[in-house]
Amino acid sequence: MSSRIAYIASNTFREAVRDRVLYNLIAFALLLSGAAILVGQISIDIEKLVVVNLGLTAVSLFGVVIAIFIGIGLVSKEIERRTLYTVLSRPVRRWEFIVGKFFGLAGTLVVNTFFMAIGVFGALLYVAHKFTSGDALILVALYFIVLEFLIICSVALLFSSFSSPLLSAILAFSLFVIGSFADDLRGFAGITHGLTRWVATGTAYLVPNFSALNIISAVAHQQSIPAQLIVQNTLYALFYSAMALSGAVLIFERRNLK
Amino acid sequence: MTSRQRTTICATGILLFSMLSSMLLLHHVDEIRPRDIVDDTLYIASPKLVKHASLGFNGLMACIYWTRAVQYFGHRHLLRQKSYNELGPLLEITSTLDPQLLAPYQFGSTFLAPAPPNGAGQPERAIRLMQYGIQNNPQNWRLYYDLGFIYYTELKDFKKASEAFQKGSQISDAHPFLKVLAANTAEHAEDFGTARLLWSAAYQNSNEANIRQNALEHLRAIQVDEDVTNLQNAVTRFVDKNGRIPTSLWEIASAEHLPGVPVDPDGVPYELSLDGQVLVANPDEFAFIKKGTPPGYTPGPPKFHKQQ
Repeated sequence: MSSRIAYIASNTFREAVRDRVLYNLIAFALLLSGAAILVGQISIDIEKLVVVNLGLTAVSLFGVVIAIFIGIGLVSKEIERRTLYTVLSRPVRRWEFIVGKFFGLAGTLVVNTFFMAIGVFGALLYVAHKFTSGDALILVALYFIVLEFLIICSVALLFSSFSSPLLSAILAFSLFVIGSFADDLRGFAGITHGLTRWVATGTAYLVPNFSALNIISAVAHQQSIPAQLIVQNTLYALFYSAMALSGAVLIFERRNLK
Repeated sequence: MTSRQRTTICATGILLFSMLSSMLLLHHVDEIRPRDIVDDTLYIASPKLVKHASLGFNGLMACIYWTRAVQYFGHRHLLRQKSYNELGPLLEITSTLDPQLLAPYQFGSTFLAPAPPNGAGQPERAIRLMQYGIQNNPQNWRLYYDLGFIYYTELKDFKKASEAFQKGSQISDAHPFLKVLAANTAEHAEDFGTARLLWSAAYQNSNEANIRQNALEHLRAIQVDEDVTNLQNAVTRFVDKNGRIPTSLWEIASAEHLPGVPVDPDGVPYELSLDGQVLVANPDEFAFIKKGTPPGYTPGPPKFHKQQ
């Protein structure tokens, strides 16, 4: 079972690379090096702050875009090309297919993030000329961004399991935006009453809470991140991804592929 | 049981367990997230920049920033924080995004001007916010009221307060009390009656729960201050007449022909110290009292009472 999932995952990764996904690193590198040079010339005392904020935000946004645009086509492309039937005619279960696709996309994003992290630290070294112990917190922020990608991948795969690429993209992107404002959604829920309050609160807890995983500002100010938060966010991302993947499996198991 | 059934049962079980676990975890995560630095880091503090960044969705962004402003203040107020650095920018951004949204102006007049821990302690900034509101909503009499409110309560500039009330009273659908306020602040600015009128107006003319609760607590505090003032005057009269400090407020009640010992708004009798000072029995129940507190008293977190 695990070898089948691993094969599907590695094929998904190879496909993403063949789709020239990793070329986005070039755009990212250009953006960050340009920003680092510009910031070094115009800002006073906040070079590190700007580079960390810009770098991590770019990592997050680039990754989210990749996750959504590749994730939405993971299942639908296979159906369109009819390669899915070949795969499923082998002793590969539908749930193994879904899980394999998830790991493949997640792996692509982890590799992408790794190279982007090198870019961020490179830009930081350029503006600050040396690393400090506080810069290690950037690794925590990057880790949280990877957790964010896991959730996005699972959500994109969930939508891909039953809808067209265009609709999946709209739904996934909408959920990303709503999830980024999850704190505000809870704020709205807090000031409403009755049934509206229940519905709003339930929705706020059901949508993925990306604001809980966004510690870019805190890291830019070198505020320490509690170990408990790292553990709980990890568990949250894993459980949320498992939930979305389970939904994808349930839908895909019943999907008529004819 | 077929393979598909097994998969369905497992997937359903994992889905439900994961859903519950993620919701529970989120609740815990909220408690340990580094909030303070996030609260104090308004990454884009420029209202104009936020307006450009909102890509035309100004109304929605104004609603989001307004909710953040309320949450920011409420959270810090409850913790009795001494600074509200982001309240001004949050309200300014909200009003720049949607100048016709009136709630931020009201909120600013009530919570941007007073000194910490009850406000941000920025009355001049609050006045600029009101003036911006008036510029964009010239036919709204409430904004003139809010402006006069700040001049009266925080800056003690009764002349300007009266002028603001007077201007507001000239708007066609203005509430009649504005004329009364204009006259009272011009002539009897520091009377309890004027203060009571002002806070009653604030209570009646706002739908925002925080503002109404704040006004209610001020009205309770005015009642206590007035009672303590009157009782202290009665004690002074007693001392002048009898040459000694009364042993209890019963003596005062008897001397002044009162039906009983005066009680505070919660029905608890006032107390008399050995040196003849009138004291409130439970000062923590009255957030804004200026009189009747024991020496060295430090107020605790504010308690908001139910509206009556």
